[in-house]
Amino acid sequence: MGKFIIKRVLSAIVTIFLVATITFFLMFLVPGGPFLSEKAPSAETLAALEAKYGLDQPVPVQYVNYMERLIHGDLGTSLKKRGLEVNDIIATGFPVSAKVGGIAIAGAVLIGVPLGSVAALNRGKPLDNIIMVVATCGIAVPSFVMATVLMVTFGVQLGWLPTMGLSGPLSYIMPCIALAFYPTAYISRLMRSSMLDVLGQDYMRTARAKGLSQFVMLFKHALRNAILPVVTYLGPLLAYTLTGSFVIEKIFTIPGLGSEFIGSITSRDYPLIMGTTIFLAFLIIMMNVIVDIVYKLIDPRIKLK
Amino acid sequence: MSNQPLLNIEHLRLSFFTPAGEVKALNDVSFQLEQGDVLGIVGESGSGKSVTAYSIMGLTAYPGRIVGGEIHFNGHEIHKMTEKEMRSIRGKEVSIIFQDPMTSLNPVYTIGNQICEVIRLHTNKTKEQAHARAVELLSLVGINEPERRLKQYPHELSGGMRQRVMIAIALACEPKLLIADEPTTALDVTIQAQILELMMELKKKIGMSIIMITHDLGVVSNMCDKIAVMYAGKIVEYGTADDIFYNPQHEYTRGLLTSIPKLNATEHERLVPIEGQPVDLLNPPAGCPFAPRCKSCMKICLREMPPYTHFSEDHYSACWLTQKKEFEARKGGDRT
Repeated sequence: MGKFIIKRVLSAIVTIFLVATITFFLMFLVPGGPFLSEKAPSAETLAALEAKYGLDQPVPVQYVNYMERLIHGDLGTSLKKRGLEVNDIIATGFPVSAKVGGIAIAGAVLIGVPLGSVAALNRGKPLDNIIMVVATCGIAVPSFVMATVLMVTFGVQLGWLPTMGLSGPLSYIMPCIALAFYPTAYISRLMRSSMLDVLGQDYMRTARAKGLSQFVMLFKHALRNAILPVVTYLGPLLAYTLTGSFVIEKIFTIPGLGSEFIGSITSRDYPLIMGTTIFLAFLIIMMNVIVDIVYKLIDPRIKLK
Repeated sequence: MSNQPLLNIEHLRLSFFTPAGEVKALNDVSFQLEQGDVLGIVGESGSGKSVTAYSIMGLTAYPGRIVGGEIHFNGHEIHKMTEKEMRSIRGKEVSIIFQDPMTSLNPVYTIGNQICEVIRLHTNKTKEQAHARAVELLSLVGINEPERRLKQYPHELSGGMRQRVMIAIALACEPKLLIADEPTTALDVTIQAQILELMMELKKKIGMSIIMITHDLGVVSNMCDKIAVMYAGKIVEYGTADDIFYNPQHEYTRGLLTSIPKLNATEHERLVPIEGQPVDLLNPPAGCPFAPRCKSCMKICLREMPPYTHFSEDHYSACWLTQKKEFEARKGGDRT
């Protein structure tokens, strides 16, 4: 276990270094710059600004400077949000996105897993068909459609729920539902197929031959085996969802990290692009390590290497 | 109760209701099993041998359903019991060992967990008592270092070991009847002999009856008191091991016997396979199901199901040929 963690930390450092490097050079390949907007500043102003942020230096030099700061944990200062440290932007945006995303994923698991299991147990019967039709819709309908429909119905027409910002518990409902819809549908489909597979396994027949009740068979013998694919899916899903969804955050005006992520790219806010990308990479790596460990805890056959 | 056989199956009919139609898996199966006896059920794949055994435990999976007949086991009327009632006898009064020990144990729980589970389900033993019983069971089935093995997971054990664990689970509550569904098919030959020997030894110790399902006639020959030969969901011949091996009456039994390789065969002696395909149980023929593949098929065989001809108290077969012989013998006897 200890050896496994050391190995994964080392490989994580290499991965983050590579992600940072590739992002850095790709970023400068994209035409445009942070200070070019509709009203182009004068050449002198531009030169002064570029000199101030070190953008006048050759790209490799900038790269070395950036990496030096990165090693010290400094992600730099935003070029567009004057005076704001990228570290601070992430520190304020991430908790907001993570809260919405966390609730959404918790909901997706708590609803998707039982739903998929119920569908598998009722294979071919009407209940299974209904669940699968809904799940297919959930996969097919994009989150922005879902969000808009929710907003128009419950926010505008009925006026039950607030449509903007995160002002209270009620305001979490719509963004979380919109965000959770796809993963819920995906998890229930995943769960259904893995549950069907597990239910047909020989050890389930053994469990039945022992005289175990349906409840014990399902919750002790089947669920633990069937949930493995869901755990695998949860790793990257958590990383992407916790860092926020651009679409959902825009629609519901949530000050999360997701909008910063996309916004930084369109505005060529170089340090912010780097910062959010590296943060996401870090989160994905971490989630994958956690998934591997959880996997090992669920299935003793897995060897952590 | 005392003079009743442990297991009495009468005219059992069981069908699988598939989208393609009713598949008649069992067609009027009857047999008895006395306490302490070993019955071998042989036949090719799809002949209904496993289904017969599973029906005793109520394990015939959906869409299989008993459509007629009765199963009396140890004072229970199995054919009338609900799923909940069945649960109380499964693993307690009747247990089963499956074909493939590699997949029959749940990979995510320890051996100990899986053995103790069945002990605690059917007895009032505490955790510690169940653990002690599990240790006892593992030594009973010949596993060394039982304490250590109990903490291991199935993937850490060999196939033979896992089958021993399956036997330990099956015997945990000292069942009256043990069903062994091709228990050695998935094991290599040296392990096969060990497992069979172990089963016979345990049978003597515990005094249970065994139903041995197999397509290996070698296995049944030295283990079983009685043998039932099944074909197309029907017992076509039933008798003692001696009856079946030295005096087979049904063409199918003869065919099975000639298709086994013999060690003392001369080099030029060839194995004789049974030609043709097993019958389609979706549309079973009106007559004898074996007729299309039978070398001695007569007209009546295609039209009518043959009744059983009894040669002795426990040797009978269902074939028109033996009916004919018996009829002629009786006629000849009348003349003199």
